[in-house]
Amino acid sequence: MFVSYKWLEEYIDLTDVTPEELAEKITRSGIEVEGVEVPAEGIKNVVIGHVVSCEKHPEADKLNICQVDVGEDETVQIICGAPNVGQGQKVAVAKVGAVLPGNFKIKKAKLRGEASHGMICSLQELGVEAKLVEKKYAEGIFNFPQNAEVGADALEALMLDDAILELGLTPNRADAMSMIGVAYETGAILDRPVKLPDLSYDTVLEKAEDVIKVSVEATEENPIYLAKVVKDVKVGESPQWMKNRLVAAGIRPHNNVVDITNYILIEYGQPLHAFDLDQIKTGEIVVRLAKQGEKIKTLDEAERTLSDNHLVITNGEEPMAIAGVMGGYDSEVTDQTVNVVIESAYFAPSSVRQTSKEIGLRSEASSRFEKGVDPKRAALAAERAAQLMSLYADGKVLSGTSAAEHMDIKEKVISISLEKINRVTGTDLSEADVLDIFRRLQIEADSQDGLITVSAPTRRGDLEIEEDLIEEVARLYGYDNIPMTLPVHETNPGGLSPRQQKRRLIRQTMEGAGLVQAVTYSLTNQQKVTEFALEVKTPVELMMPMSEERSQLRQSIIPQLLESVSYNSARQKDSSAFYETGSVFLSEGGELPNEEEHLAGALTGLWQLHPWQGEKKPVDFYVAKGILDALWEKLGVAEDIRYEAAQMDHMHPGRTAAVIYKGQQIGLVGQVHPVKAKELDLKETYVFEIKLEAIYQEESVPLKYNVIPRYPSISRDIALVTDRTVAAGTLEAIIKQAGGTLLKQVQLFDLYQGDKMEEGKKSLAFSLTYMDPERTLTDEEVVKAHNKVLEAVKQETGAELRS
Amino acid sequence: MEQRLQELKQEALEKVQHAADLKELNDVRVAYLGKKGPITEVLKGMGKLSAEERPKMGALANEVRDNITGAIEEKQEGLEKEAVEKQLAEESIDVTLPGRPVPAGHAHPLTTVIEEIEDLFISMGYTVEEGPEVEKDYYNFEALNLPKGHPARDMQDSFYITEDVLLRTHTSPVQARTMERHAGKGPVKIICPGKVYRRDNDDATHSHQFMQIEGLVVDENIRMSDLKGTLNVFAKKMFGEDREIRLRPSFFPFTEPSVEMDISCKICGGKGCSVCKGTGWIEILGAGMVHPNVLRMAGFDPEKYSGFAFGMGPERIAMLKYGIDDIRHFYTNDDRFLKQFARKEIR
Ligand SMILES: [Zn+2]
Repeated sequence: MFVSYKWLEEYIDLTDVTPEELAEKITRSGIEVEGVEVPAEGIKNVVIGHVVSCEKHPEADKLNICQVDVGEDETVQIICGAPNVGQGQKVAVAKVGAVLPGNFKIKKAKLRGEASHGMICSLQELGVEAKLVEKKYAEGIFNFPQNAEVGADALEALMLDDAILELGLTPNRADAMSMIGVAYETGAILDRPVKLPDLSYDTVLEKAEDVIKVSVEATEENPIYLAKVVKDVKVGESPQWMKNRLVAAGIRPHNNVVDITNYILIEYGQPLHAFDLDQIKTGEIVVRLAKQGEKIKTLDEAERTLSDNHLVITNGEEPMAIAGVMGGYDSEVTDQTVNVVIESAYFAPSSVRQTSKEIGLRSEASSRFEKGVDPKRAALAAERAAQLMSLYADGKVLSGTSAAEHMDIKEKVISISLEKINRVTGTDLSEADVLDIFRRLQIEADSQDGLITVSAPTRRGDLEIEEDLIEEVARLYGYDNIPMTLPVHETNPGGLSPRQQKRRLIRQTMEGAGLVQAVTYSLTNQQKVTEFALEVKTPVELMMPMSEERSQLRQSIIPQLLESVSYNSARQKDSSAFYETGSVFLSEGGELPNEEEHLAGALTGLWQLHPWQGEKKPVDFYVAKGILDALWEKLGVAEDIRYEAAQMDHMHPGRTAAVIYKGQQIGLVGQVHPVKAKELDLKETYVFEIKLEAIYQEESVPLKYNVIPRYPSISRDIALVTDRTVAAGTLEAIIKQAGGTLLKQVQLFDLYQGDKMEEGKKSLAFSLTYMDPERTLTDEEVVKAHNKVLEAVKQETGAELRS
Repeated sequence: MEQRLQELKQEALEKVQHAADLKELNDVRVAYLGKKGPITEVLKGMGKLSAEERPKMGALANEVRDNITGAIEEKQEGLEKEAVEKQLAEESIDVTLPGRPVPAGHAHPLTTVIEEIEDLFISMGYTVEEGPEVEKDYYNFEALNLPKGHPARDMQDSFYITEDVLLRTHTSPVQARTMERHAGKGPVKIICPGKVYRRDNDDATHSHQFMQIEGLVVDENIRMSDLKGTLNVFAKKMFGEDREIRLRPSFFPFTEPSVEMDISCKICGGKGCSVCKGTGWIEILGAGMVHPNVLRMAGFDPEKYSGFAFGMGPERIAMLKYGIDDIRHFYTNDDRFLKQFARKEIR
């Protein structure tokens, strides 16, 4: 909503309040003023001139030599290229020394040998937006009315010296979608009275209801329909002040009849529609629901097909307008129109919203009806329209109104205790304080024994419940005046849940290990949605995606992380190590998909680089695995984790492991398949993804101190020769199993599969630590345990001691 | 004999003096003080001396020995010190060469902001609640006083999956779910961080996915002044003790009264600049007193209970705090962006 400061002054005294001050006050008490714009800013020295003579330039077809009276001793000669310039016109003249928008300075000039002392301006050249310039002057200079005073300030005459406040209206404040609504708000803020327009005018004896009959069939959708009739109107230009105000409000002037309806739209917030009476051959208006498939050609010359839930204004036979949305082409007011019917109605918000949405047509009118207009305004606006038609279109207003009213307009009565107002806001207001606030708002309020009873005016449809009244009191009392306190109540200590603590621990471990946290999008495309997924489900798809690229919910985080890795490598960053925790979305057929929290990582390039000492370690499988191992240690689940060689789509068949927790696969770690990596422009890249749910579910084992052993441990190393296919993990497990309670630690310290080995064999060396916390072990005991180990590995894998 | 001893002493001391290393010095010691050394030889001739001269000569011989021994010890100490110094000199390194890098991962700036806010509210007795990102229309809208057909819930603005399921457009459904779980009993004192989604084209200021963090307190006697005081603590801790706050009336369907909170602009100190668009104030968050319909829907009696809620965008806060110009940076994971947040900011 654009609010003209000068127009607002018609309803309220704004003495001593600058537009900026007003904007600040309005913002602070409820409606955000998004900007204050002075149209004439940066423009000066433009006056009204009278074109005394206008002749063709002898040297140039398209130029005219004008002698213009600008209210000085002598006329000035101005060369003008506008096609519509002519003798006798009153025009806007930028004199020599004038400045126009864009800091365009007007200087003396010579055009094809003729001197030019200034410029005759179009409205666009004075900074008026092209879409607001009336069609008549769109292609040339603007003409003032003949009574314009020569030499007067043209900017003032065009009201460009105004200040326009742009209000950012929240949906509840539809009441401020009108000048009068803003005046009420301003009045409450400044505590000054509001002057409403005088609505008196003369009528002729003929009665409106004798000329046009009004009936409403759909009374729920249209509770109030009023029609005024104005005869013998002269369609022409509107008075300059009205044009100025419309432009300030962001509406293009058209002709006096249309302009008057638009003027009232802004003044009262009531959309009006004007019909050409002579086109309503039936002499009646019937408001009803459209027939399914019924057609109408609207003002914009488009043919619209209607459904049976759309409200239409008909002549009893055919639709003449889509109620509250747009008028019909055939009954439109034209330059030839002589007799006019003015419609002022109240249409139900939901009906207009539905119609407008289904037809795909929004208008100034529909957007207001949708939000709800004041039902009392329909009558006021009809009177105002009749008055302005008689004053500015020379019309004869028929007496009375042809009406169909099916609404009992009542003010909503709301009661609230003073105690509640103070309790909810934390203030200490008196009854008198509260009543004074409602007085300023021009809202009727009474109090008795601490109970305040308010009649919410129909113009304030947003006031429905006690809390709405609390807001009115609080905002006018001033949010600044509300004290600052903290809740006084019994509370439990705050904190993170075990799950949240584990998430933070995971984060810290990943970052401590050298990974950088990434955040990627949950929405992905059809191809990526199931790639690398530990479990593939039917993808969860959006009904109306913005693009195919973001149309389905991810089932794995890895594709998104790989995208980030590839993004960076395309920017000379060859080494990356990312991790992310976030949800993947797995549909199990229920109403909501299963949202699983996963941890994923992606690593490529060098893991360690210390060039001058010759240290350079590329990322490999064991780097990725080591990071996970560190995590299992931190989480205290290392004992329950094992890795098994695995085959997965898009993963290297020989370098991928399933991560198994308590016998269930919870993740994967491995190298991205070189073919897939190439497709993504990646070098050798390793990834992991872990489902966290099982680990989150596990209760953390309490920490307990074990006595530091007082007896020494004994170490024995063994080198075993086995087939290459035997996994180190398998051997380790067998050793641990066979070693019994005395075997405390098994550590692999060498792997050899070079030329000195027999074909297909390898050597693995383990260091075994034996210990008994209660006593010193004897050699015999160790030998016995050790032999059991050797026997077991031999029996189960055929491994021999390396000789 | 006496002269011979003096000569030997002179000779030995000279050799000690000239010994180049510990080995040479040892040779000198063996040569002069050894059992077969010249002093012993000389002393063997003592028998020829008179009874008066014998002790005199003995004393002299001891003195010569002591002198030589002393000189050797002194020299040895010097040589040892020299040797150590030489070795240390050889071992010296260029301390300005780069150290071996240790792995240095770090958090995403949004996580840093969210955790800072979480920790601040945890210290005030809040717990952290979470909920699903794919949410029922009921919790996302209806339970929050946004019934079907409400203008503020245009299909165009949300990513629907079915008629009744959508990607949550705010974290408020977590509030609705938590209140429902409390089954009409206070206090509820939570903050809810998480990802949310809106049907926006990604550009410098819009992102179809972004973060939100909301707070909710419901109990008996929760006042608007409590909201104001809480937000004031938050603003000062988050943005600096010298920041002022102001509340402006606003509108949200789930709160009444509703407010927007601005903080005074740090850049210009309130005088007005390009960051605050000349107003001296920067909008930070929306808040309000929980709408009675929302309390009622969740099973709370609005006559007994009241509450406040607030919500903010971690992206916006990070953008303001760090001067980030494009919201898309948060989701491209460009190393040149992320690494600027490797450092921990201590305030
Ligand atoms: Zn500023």
